[in-house]
Amino acid sequence: MKELEKIALEVRKKLIQNIVHAGGGHTGGSLSSVDILVALYFQIMNIDPGHPGMEERDRFIMSKGHSVEALHAVLSKRGFFSEEVLDTYGEFNSILAGHPTRKVPGIEVNSGALGHGLSVGVGMALAAQRSGYPYRTFVLMGDGEHGEGSIMEAAAAAGHYHLDSLRAILDRNRLQISGKTEDVMRIENLEEKYRACGWSVRACDGHDMKDLIENLESCPLEKGKPSLIIARTTKGRGVSFMENRANWHHKVPGDTELEQAMKELDEKLERISHD
Amino acid sequence: MTKIPCRKAITDTLVEEGKQNPDLFVVTSDARGSVTLDRFADELPEQFVEVGIAEQNAVGVGAGLALAGKNVFVCGPASFYSARSLEQIKVDVAYSHTNVKIIGVSGGVSYGALGSTHHSLHDIAVMRTFPGLNVYLPSDRYQARWLTSFLCHHEESAYVRVGRNAVPDIYDENESFEAGRAKILREGGDVALIATGECVYHALQAAGNLAEQGIEATVMDIFTLKPFDKEAVLSAARHTLCLVTVEEHSVFGGLGAAVAELCSQEHPVRLKILGIPDENAVHGKPLELFAHYGLDASGISRAARELLNQ
Repeated sequence: MKELEKIALEVRKKLIQNIVHAGGGHTGGSLSSVDILVALYFQIMNIDPGHPGMEERDRFIMSKGHSVEALHAVLSKRGFFSEEVLDTYGEFNSILAGHPTRKVPGIEVNSGALGHGLSVGVGMALAAQRSGYPYRTFVLMGDGEHGEGSIMEAAAAAGHYHLDSLRAILDRNRLQISGKTEDVMRIENLEEKYRACGWSVRACDGHDMKDLIENLESCPLEKGKPSLIIARTTKGRGVSFMENRANWHHKVPGDTELEQAMKELDEKLERISHD
Repeated sequence: MTKIPCRKAITDTLVEEGKQNPDLFVVTSDARGSVTLDRFADELPEQFVEVGIAEQNAVGVGAGLALAGKNVFVCGPASFYSARSLEQIKVDVAYSHTNVKIIGVSGGVSYGALGSTHHSLHDIAVMRTFPGLNVYLPSDRYQARWLTSFLCHHEESAYVRVGRNAVPDIYDENESFEAGRAKILREGGDVALIATGECVYHALQAAGNLAEQGIEATVMDIFTLKPFDKEAVLSAARHTLCLVTVEEHSVFGGLGAAVAELCSQEHPVRLKILGIPDENAVHGKPLELFAHYGLDASGISRAARELLNQ
């Protein structure tokens, strides 16, 4: 666990540096997604960075595509591509765009327009169910994203077809670009909505690696049902002045802020290695 | 003359091909009946996916299936797929380069009196601007059958639009086609009638009328709107006095626009674009609408004569 927590802190440092280098990015949502992504890519998913197209690989879809800086940093850290490539983020003609694309090794589908990922995941899981493929499909969604009604179309289909190889994870940081999700447009009760569609739902601490992994490992939560893990997260997690601030949705740190952020994350890294 | 709707030719072909290829999938959105998918659903249930009235999900699910190695045909009314799920076609199909074919049936003004909610007169205009998405409008059952079979054996992202109603045969079963290559159905040096989809038949009829009046017309079936057969169009522009384009589509952004974009830059020529003007189409049967908007034989030949007399 300690190793995964260390990786997550390093990823946080790297993604902030990349956002500063590029002069743009989605800082808050990337930081809230990091632990989920690290749990998936370093523990849960059956993947081979040397063979990103391996047939039996587990599939991952970043439906909240704006948090791509976290995904890029995790993929690079996991070995899908080099740090030199990662550092081209924001540069002219880089393969790394501001949202996920299939040009990047390890990325399955282009995303960034919200409310698409769960449908694509349903298609992948259906293919597995119909053809007996062994892989599992993971979809990471945002909470603000749940304003898109298409997600409920996909949720209904997943329940209808009993897609228990489908695992959706909700990065429930409770903030979106304009403010609190429940103030902008109420989305609760999400558990009840998904259960009504035939899903099995469980909530966990989205920054507690042990809790995340235990819940992800226990999927399918019920046989014959798709699983939703509602990961309670904090937008901007890891940097005190970014946490729970809607304005850090896509704010780029200035010099002092960058320095302060690195200092805080380094202190956390230090503490972990001394624990 | 035999009359078979293109949608039926498509679904019959999908059944035949689907039996040979377990990775061929059909997705629909409560449109089994209107697409004529009952046979596919009954005979190949494991390759058939119903998502209910949810076009956005249908396209996304189709993309997911394709990313898992399936060759996917997402089928339903063109009006809804080209509007409700346009972003999914743009992102999950075209941008993501997935092996998904959107089969838009009952396109154009097929639904006639049902009104503009059910018309798709903007689809060519939008679809042809998506990089990586090919656009086809077959004109009869043989072409529709060939195209479907072609798409069953080719990995590409495509949008296919056909009408609802039975259309007369233009070809016979031995005709050969090539994606991206227009068919020249008749050659004449006075005017070229460049048509797509159901309008091809009316253009042919118009050419017959014109011949009786001593006007020789080339008739071109440009069933692939993208990739566009530039050479065929430029050749027609060089070898005739003027061009008339005919489409069951808005006069904005469709076949006429594609011809205008090309010719105005490479070989300026007199051109008349026939289509539905900038209005919500009047209510009536499809052929009544064709006549009202001058897309039938008499309207097309009238437009050709006027253009020649200018």
